[in-house]
Amino acid sequence: MDSIIPQLLTGLAGASSLFLVASGLTIIFGVTRIVNFSHGSLMMLGAYIGWSILTRLPREPEWFVLGIIATVLATAVIGVLLEVVVLRRVYRAPELFQLLATFGVVLILQDVTLWIWGPVELPLSRPRWLRTAFDVAGSRLPMADLILIIVGPVVLGLLWLVMNRTRWGTLVRAATLDREMVAALGVDQRLLFTSVFALGAGLAGFGGALSLMSASANLHIDLAVITDAFVVVVVGGLGSLTGAFAASLLIGILQAFGIVLIPKSTLVLVFLVMAVVLVFRPNGLMGRPQADAREALVAAPVVRPAPRELRLLSLATLLLAIVAPFFVGDYYLTVLTDACVAVIFATSLHFMMGPGGMASFGHAAWFGIGAYAAGLLMQWIGAPMPIGLLAAPIAAGIVAALFGWFVVRLSGVYLSMLTLAFAQIVWAICFQWVELTGGDNGMLGLVRPEWARDERVFYWVALALTVAVALLLRRALYAPYGYALRAVRDSATRARAIGLNVGWLRMAAIVIAGAACGLSGALFSYGKGSIFPTYITISHSVEALLMVLLGGLQTIAGPIIGALVYTGLADILMRSTDLWRLVLGAVIVLLVVAFPEGIAGAARRLWLRGREA
Amino acid sequence: MHVTRRLILGASGSLALPGLLRAQGTAPIRIGEINSYTTNPAFTLPYRNAMQLAVEQINGKGGVLGRQLELITRDDAGRPQDAVRLAGEMVNDQKVDVLAGAYLSNVGLALGEYAAQNKRLYIGGEPLTDAMVWERGNRYTFRLRPSTYMQAAILAEEAAKLPAKRWVTVSPNYEFGQSGVKWFKQLLTARRPDVQFVGEQWPALGRVDAGATVQALEQMKPDGIFNVLFGPDLTNFVRQGNTRGLFEKRSVASLLTGEPEYLDPLGDEAPEGWIVTGYPGEAIDTPAHKAYAAAYRAKFNAKPMCGSLVGYALINSIAAGVTKAGSTEIEKMVEGFRGARFDTPVGPAEYRAIDHQGTLGVFVGKTALRRNEGVMTDWRYIDGKDLLPGDDFVRGLRPASAS
Amino acid sequence: MSVLVVQGLSKSFGGVQAVGDVSFAVAPGEMLALIGPNGAGKSTCFNMVGGQMPPDAGSVVLDGKPITGLGPRAISRHGVGRTFQITATFGSMTVRENVQMALLSHRGKIWQFWRPVAGRYADEADALLAQVGLEAQADRATGVLAYGDLKRLELAIALGNAPRLLLMDEPTAGMAPAERVGLMQLTRKLATERGVAVLFTEHDMDVVFDVSDRILVLNRGTLIAEGDGASIRTNPAVREIYLGTGATSGGH
Repeated sequence: MDSIIPQLLTGLAGASSLFLVASGLTIIFGVTRIVNFSHGSLMMLGAYIGWSILTRLPREPEWFVLGIIATVLATAVIGVLLEVVVLRRVYRAPELFQLLATFGVVLILQDVTLWIWGPVELPLSRPRWLRTAFDVAGSRLPMADLILIIVGPVVLGLLWLVMNRTRWGTLVRAATLDREMVAALGVDQRLLFTSVFALGAGLAGFGGALSLMSASANLHIDLAVITDAFVVVVVGGLGSLTGAFAASLLIGILQAFGIVLIPKSTLVLVFLVMAVVLVFRPNGLMGRPQADAREALVAAPVVRPAPRELRLLSLATLLLAIVAPFFVGDYYLTVLTDACVAVIFATSLHFMMGPGGMASFGHAAWFGIGAYAAGLLMQWIGAPMPIGLLAAPIAAGIVAALFGWFVVRLSGVYLSMLTLAFAQIVWAICFQWVELTGGDNGMLGLVRPEWARDERVFYWVALALTVAVALLLRRALYAPYGYALRAVRDSATRARAIGLNVGWLRMAAIVIAGAACGLSGALFSYGKGSIFPTYITISHSVEALLMVLLGGLQTIAGPIIGALVYTGLADILMRSTDLWRLVLGAVIVLLVVAFPEGIAGAARRLWLRGREA
Repeated sequence: MHVTRRLILGASGSLALPGLLRAQGTAPIRIGEINSYTTNPAFTLPYRNAMQLAVEQINGKGGVLGRQLELITRDDAGRPQDAVRLAGEMVNDQKVDVLAGAYLSNVGLALGEYAAQNKRLYIGGEPLTDAMVWERGNRYTFRLRPSTYMQAAILAEEAAKLPAKRWVTVSPNYEFGQSGVKWFKQLLTARRPDVQFVGEQWPALGRVDAGATVQALEQMKPDGIFNVLFGPDLTNFVRQGNTRGLFEKRSVASLLTGEPEYLDPLGDEAPEGWIVTGYPGEAIDTPAHKAYAAAYRAKFNAKPMCGSLVGYALINSIAAGVTKAGSTEIEKMVEGFRGARFDTPVGPAEYRAIDHQGTLGVFVGKTALRRNEGVMTDWRYIDGKDLLPGDDFVRGLRPASAS
Repeated sequence: MSVLVVQGLSKSFGGVQAVGDVSFAVAPGEMLALIGPNGAGKSTCFNMVGGQMPPDAGSVVLDGKPITGLGPRAISRHGVGRTFQITATFGSMTVRENVQMALLSHRGKIWQFWRPVAGRYADEADALLAQVGLEAQADRATGVLAYGDLKRLELAIALGNAPRLLLMDEPTAGMAPAERVGLMQLTRKLATERGVAVLFTEHDMDVVFDVSDRILVLNRGTLIAEGDGASIRTNPAVREIYLGTGATSGGH
């Protein structure tokens, strides 16, 4: 095959651009332990700022370099702003809340970018010298690729020098290994964190600016990049620069050859790589196991039975919900039905994430599997709604068991990322396997039986199922199984020492959560009459996280409150303004800053004020 | 019932209180439009502008059936499930008479499904998928724009005239891309049994690895390339292809690339000599189009995009359909829209009774550089009705329940 | 008959022998201390008995049944209770619930999804808590307990599965000297009453000589001495490793 060398060079160029984004993300994570969802947005800003600067400069190479440097500095400043204004206020909050805050920032920056630069994609008109190419092994190697191939290793080398030859770098490495220790040494943590953020953001800006050599500045960069960057960072091992570089090479080169050998593999390839790596190396290629035991103890207060007042309030809410169809219009009825679905969606995630301690970033996968199970059964054997609603949790539970087998061995962010990878694989199958799933066009004609056609009846069905699921999950949490699950989360060591089977307990939590979530997916599909791959997107998974975290992890009422608040908020905002992302993002950031333990958690704290937890 | 009320009001018109009159006889006709305003603003914002222009113009001439048009828009965030929920809001809360909109095919299909299950009228503007009016077509759904099939058909016709025999395809890996490639292959092979397709590339939508893709295509040594990439993917692909010489001495047929939304961003790197479908914009010098473009420029101080044409034609087609129906009662409107003729800036069109497909046509031409910008040259407009397959073929595809 | 019989236990890490050919036995009601300087192989030994680490060679027999190489869960099921150097308890539960969990697990009632935990084996749990002197704190959150109380809670949890053998890794680490003796006296009493064999490691020599029946001394992975307090105190080999050659005292 005479195409090996050109394809390899292409892969190397791809690897370099992956590394530029991933390096910043991994450094930020290593020191601050923040899973920075907004890193892709920083790269997007880098591309836009780079465009604005470079289009105003002369087109000679030296000006190009100058423009890139200016862009890097500008994004570094934005990173500092982000750190000082938002993230500094949430360092004390549990890890996942910081993620929530960064997701709020993503939403805000989407609208801000649209507002500043407009909707049309902005390609940089390439100067002539950038359009040249070199003949290598009978093919042409573009100048841009050559630059990238050189820049990647150079950046790695420079970062290595900074990390190993400067006092600042030593501090960063020390903080990556043990954050508490560095704090104890009397180092100014604020300055360290801010400077690390500046470096990480600058690297993202660098990646964004260099991407202008071949691509345009556009509004889709943020989410497209962030998933790839996560994959690279996780495959390499969180916090490891060399690991990130190795992972970039692996993925870049596999990608380049993969699309020659199996052209349709483009979407799943990276996620398959991540899944395989995590199955065999649970901490990535060069990562270390995370020491997170210390934080777990602090984070979880004692779960007590709900006070009488709360029970009365719940009962009153339920009564209101039952009679609601007599008072609200048809549209609000469908919103209420959606809210029911959201409640199951969120409580099921809470089940594995709160008491189970396993934060899934791919919860939408079960939602989608439930939906498609109902849809396929309808398509194949004309199964009616009751069968579909029964089959959905079974199918989702079975698939959850298969995935769970891999997932339960991991912990922390690695676990979250593996669930994300699985969800992306499920999504890719639904999106690309047009013959089976209808692909992007989805499955239509999921009709309800005659008796459930009426929106009111269907709402009551949804409400009944929701209450049943919520009560069953709650019951399980107060039963020995639920306690055992919490025991495993609190201290796996102790749990094993009293004879608990850690793996199976967590596995059961995944299956239960998956099955319940599958039911919500089917219910949703019957409500809408159709099924689409968008049910399984990352943003839908993130919505589940948002609901759970908004409500609060530590109480059973949390996810329910979170689901209701989020559904209501999103509905109102989407209908009232085109800038709903900006407002929603700002609300999320404010809530995280004001209530780091979630709405229910904050309410609980107020309630308990003056009493011992 | 409706007629009776109008007769009574007409008879006692001079006596009726103005308030009552407004509440009943001349209540505006509400169009509820749902689109991907936040996720695909490049297309949808000019589109919404043009819709507003059309509504203004129609209302200025006295509205439809003596009633004003009122346009309400919502953002679906690119998610069909949100579109369906908002359709419910439009119908039940806003009491709209006609549902319209969608950019993405899946949103269009979801809205069509909503329309069918709830017996509401839905007019899709932009979604291209064939399924919308064929396999998944239904009684309550109409679609304005030329479908994937129609766009691929004209490109296959042009490609058949070329000497190229070895073809490769590159297309985003999802339904639109897959249908585009399927129809192009089928229709080109039918006209030219001697061509062969020697390879295909399926980059993921929105995340093309352009260098590797171009390299892989280059290795296949094709004579012709059929491209379905668009948006940022296209920009990326064209730059890599230009630099690596992929397009040199090769024919390229490319879906939608002539639309300014996709051609403009390529700037001075716009490819030359590609056979494309698209929209030549202000180069169209018919009086109708000139008047439209002038009005658009005057109002928004921007050049009309392809999205603008679609939005403008959509509102005009709705006005024509409702006028022909003579009522906003759903079943009457379905009958009214069937065969409704309407004028667009690029020519007359109609909603075919057989499959509810609009016959808005396709511009096909070649790309060229003029003053460092990509434009369409040698273009011609083909009426949509000439691009659609035979009636029997269509009847075979469309479900019986859709009549 | 001995509760625990360990024979020829060995373990190497990357060619370096951490534990070599260690054999010993513990009788019911006996308290056996495992001592030695840092890096002597105490923890490795302990972890091989407790199931955290499989041995390269040798056997571990509990009540006549081989448990060599089993995991911590299986070993717990065979009747081994365990406390840790850094306390491991269930922070999101009350003190009583912590013990209830051990009791539920011991009785095989974990995989139940319906009947609430509240009230189940509560009396039994309270009885165990009373034995370690925590009855007054039964309803408090584990997270607010003083460190010494946490250690005692661990002991109560470990007793929850009616163990034949109790493994205690540095049970008094981090405690005030006065508390240390109290805790070990308590352990001593429970061991005698219940006939539980206790194997523990310990740094505090006062504690070791005070409560243990027998002492094993490890150095560089091998057993160098075994005997009661008096004989170990006078053993020259032990004196040498603990006090150097006698000329310079490390002050330990």
